[in-house]
Amino acid sequence: MKESSPLNLYKQLPKTNCKECGEQTCMAFAAGLIDRTKKIEDCPPLLKETKYAKKLGALRSIVAPELKMIYVGTGEKQLKVGGEDIMYRHQMTFFNKPPFAYDVSDTMEEAKLVERVKKITDWKKFYIGNWERVEMIAVRSVTDDPAKFAACVKNVMENSDYPLILCSFNPAVLKAGLEVAAKTRPLIYAATQDNWKEVAQLAHDYNVPVTLSVPFDLDGLKSMVATFAGMGLTDLVLDPGTAPNGKLLQQSLLNFINLRRAAVEEAQRDICYPVMALPINAWMTTDDPVRAAYWESVLTAAFVIRGGAIMVKHSTEAYSMMPDMHLRFNIYTDPRKPVQVKAGLYKVGTPGPESPVFVTTNFALTYYTVESDIASNDIDAYIIAINTDGIGVQASVAGGQLNATKIKDAMGETGFDWKGQKYAGLVLPGMAARFSGELEDLFAGQTKIMVGPEDSGRIPGWMKDFWPPK
Amino acid sequence: MAGKITLSDLNKTLSEMNVQSLEGVKIEGDIEIEIDAGAGGVGPLFAYYFGQEAAKIAMQLMSFAKAVGYPVDALMQPVAVAQAVSPAPAGLVAAAAAAEPAFKVAAALASAKFAVGTDKTWKLPIQEVTIGATKADGGSRGKVMKLGGEKAMAFFPDAPMPNAPKITMDVFDMPIGMAKAVKVHYEDVMGSPPEWAKKSVSKFGADLITVHLISTDPLVKDTPPQEAVKVVEDVLQAVDVPICIGGSGNPEKDPILLAKAAEVCQGERVLIASANLNMDWEKIGRACKDNGQVCLSWTQLEINSQKELNRKLMKVVGMPRESIVMDPTTAALAYGLDFAYTNMERIRLGAMKGDDELTFPMSSGTTNAWGVREAWMVRSPNKQDSDWGDRMLRGPIWEILTGFTLAMAGVDIFMMMHPLAVAYVHEITQSLMGIIDAKTPDTANWIKMGV
Ligand code: B12
Ligand code: SF4
Repeated sequence: MKESSPLNLYKQLPKTNCKECGEQTCMAFAAGLIDRTKKIEDCPPLLKETKYAKKLGALRSIVAPELKMIYVGTGEKQLKVGGEDIMYRHQMTFFNKPPFAYDVSDTMEEAKLVERVKKITDWKKFYIGNWERVEMIAVRSVTDDPAKFAACVKNVMENSDYPLILCSFNPAVLKAGLEVAAKTRPLIYAATQDNWKEVAQLAHDYNVPVTLSVPFDLDGLKSMVATFAGMGLTDLVLDPGTAPNGKLLQQSLLNFINLRRAAVEEAQRDICYPVMALPINAWMTTDDPVRAAYWESVLTAAFVIRGGAIMVKHSTEAYSMMPDMHLRFNIYTDPRKPVQVKAGLYKVGTPGPESPVFVTTNFALTYYTVESDIASNDIDAYIIAINTDGIGVQASVAGGQLNATKIKDAMGETGFDWKGQKYAGLVLPGMAARFSGELEDLFAGQTKIMVGPEDSGRIPGWMKDFWPPK
Repeated sequence: MAGKITLSDLNKTLSEMNVQSLEGVKIEGDIEIEIDAGAGGVGPLFAYYFGQEAAKIAMQLMSFAKAVGYPVDALMQPVAVAQAVSPAPAGLVAAAAAAEPAFKVAAALASAKFAVGTDKTWKLPIQEVTIGATKADGGSRGKVMKLGGEKAMAFFPDAPMPNAPKITMDVFDMPIGMAKAVKVHYEDVMGSPPEWAKKSVSKFGADLITVHLISTDPLVKDTPPQEAVKVVEDVLQAVDVPICIGGSGNPEKDPILLAKAAEVCQGERVLIASANLNMDWEKIGRACKDNGQVCLSWTQLEINSQKELNRKLMKVVGMPRESIVMDPTTAALAYGLDFAYTNMERIRLGAMKGDDELTFPMSSGTTNAWGVREAWMVRSPNKQDSDWGDRMLRGPIWEILTGFTLAMAGVDIFMMMHPLAVAYVHEITQSLMGIIDAKTPDTANWIKMGV
């Protein structure tokens, strides 16, 4: 959406201020459409009443993202690919983190295949109140045999409900895969300058999104887009080529930047499609698996930061998956939202008179880290999140936002009944050990002040040694 | 049956069919519309109501509307339009629903050219700053390092990057605690800063060396500045790359220490790390200026403080522009990299768009990555997490991605520790500048590769 004035969107709204959207006025709703915190679908009258049909149409085309958004997969696991409006994240936020598709191939023996599919599907890591996960599986046809490919796709689908990318340049192979998987709306990879006629027919017949692959030739890529759009096929993903090394790697990044620029800064509607990156190509540069995984991570970072909208990856080693997932999370975090939790008293599990009270801060990263360390180890406890303006424990101890008086006052505000506790114990983070004496005085015997470990990950061990207090 | 009609023909046709007007459409002048009988067919219902000719016109109109951005698909399904006029025989409705518009594969690939402009809003270049001085310039270094000079966002197409990002490796004046993955590389030299520096340069490829005088901290060893700076002299003897000098972070002692260091290194053009708003930045700045050193201007993730400190160094101290580098603070991957990245990207864009209080090369304390528990912990404290794998391999990537991400935001010099991390950050940044030759495999083979 290039429009930045709510007034121009307001013109297309019912202007009744009926509040059904949750906003007080249509004007406020218009502002919400601009910063994409509201969707058109949030205004029921506009959708339901036929007299607004024309406005609805106009509005839809105004708010459409500059970079087209396409849908892959169906149901709960459906993914949005593309749909971005900006070049740099501080200009608003990036919306749809690029799905990571980890590969499997039709040469894998059954047991290995199932094991890998399960690993990909089950992989998860907790981070700031969320589970980071993989989103997709890319099935590669190494055999070029339609029957083998179809069998592999079937097997993958039996073991995972993740959306698929079906990968082959052979239309017969793709067709075999689509026969099995079309209902789940996979993305097909890829139409090339050689096979495009057959693949276009498949994309139409099975009604699936399709990748157009024309490596290192943006004129060729744009020509392909024009051809497909001309046939009415507009659920497109572009593969401009991901060279894993050498001067062509530089060219690859420049192509990504130029494509994003054309779409969002120059509003070139005829090339504004999501772009695919192939960090997996790192595996063609070396036989050393550690080197390959490292380089794959580096390529992933480059294209997560500069416009990759969907990626195919290979290394399922934790040492590369974890950093890649965190990087993507960090880049796609909405900079407009504070990363804080509400200050106050929280319960983990079902705490009672025998449970400890842990002190931490309202920095979301800190709070969720502490909470998950406690909860995942089945410890029942209270957590008091102190308002440090969203600064973590270590930094707020150094900067003064966390101090003894604040902790005492915050506990006071919750009206927590220490007398009801069998063991009255307030546990400080190890990094805040220096307040313990002062806090002891402030509480004047109401509760025992204990110093926990420096890292909340060690709370379970600490509980064994120190709780209940002697 | 290809032919041409004009809009006035079209209007005539429409009025003959009792369609009064196209609501909201004003036709000015006469436009010719090509009718290609091959263009997408129509449903039987449409034909039923309007007859072949009108249907084709309508299809053309729809394509036209689509071309100008009207969401035709959602609103004007042929069937729906027809039904809205008057109810049709049930059989025909069913048939219409079943019949899709015929799809026809194009005869040949279209031919289009891709073109895109450069960013015209970027006006100011980043200041080029030289660290180190050779004999000819009054120092003793074998080589000097140039930072900055960019005219565009890092690795962007608008202008080539004049200088590759540099890496300065950390050396401490006393043994310190380190993550295991880092420690194994330095155990043999931990007691000797000069040996440590040598190893970092000759074995690990450091472009510069940073000597951290942490033993000066009153809570550590309280080494007097006079004595502490001897280590700097030893390191200058041991290696011929340019050096940086860091304090302990103690706001009372650092100004005295760093002023002393600036003085004993006169002529060497070292990078003094760092002046900060919460300490006597003026003293540090003056010492840098008087002794020809470069001053690192360090603020905490806040663009306005960064402007303020840079301004003070220039206006109050009188630092020359070519003697300032800034450190806007590095929060590591998973511990706030989002802030650090965006802060730096905004600083760099702001500078290029004309804010001359920000047109300086940037530095990153990339070793912060090792403070992140995911970088060093053996296993996850969270029982539901998937296995965290080998930490000896996990940690280095943490440092690589922290550094490389900030390179994309515009950082020019990285303070780093793990040898692998140094090697990868060098390799990827130089690859993206196009200065590393390598045989690129045929990427079309990825589908069939045997891994
Ligand atoms: C990001 C960061 C910042 C950001 C803060 C962003 C934010 N929202 O918090 C900014 C840039 C603002 C910042 C500023 C400063 N920082 Co700072 N910062 C960091 C950094 C890089 C990461 C901190 C972080 O997010 N950690 C992650 C969170 C999850 O950690 P945490 O909140 O401490 O929680 C952990 C533990 O405390 C414990 N825990 C938490 N709660 C509880 C509860 C219980 C009961 C238990 C048992 C345990 C427990 O477990 C958690 C998980 O490990 C660290 C270096 C590092 N460690 O990597 C330096 C660091 C914390 N900063 C430091 C300092 C000195 C400062 C400043 C004073 C100035 C300066 N010199 O940089 C200012 C102070 C600003 C202020 N307070 O107003 C020092 C602190 C030194 C010390 N030991 O006292 C550090 C260690 C860097 C260093 N080595 O110099 N900083
Ligand atoms: S629901 Fe629609 S009409 Fe009602 S106030 Fe919101 S924007 Fe206006």
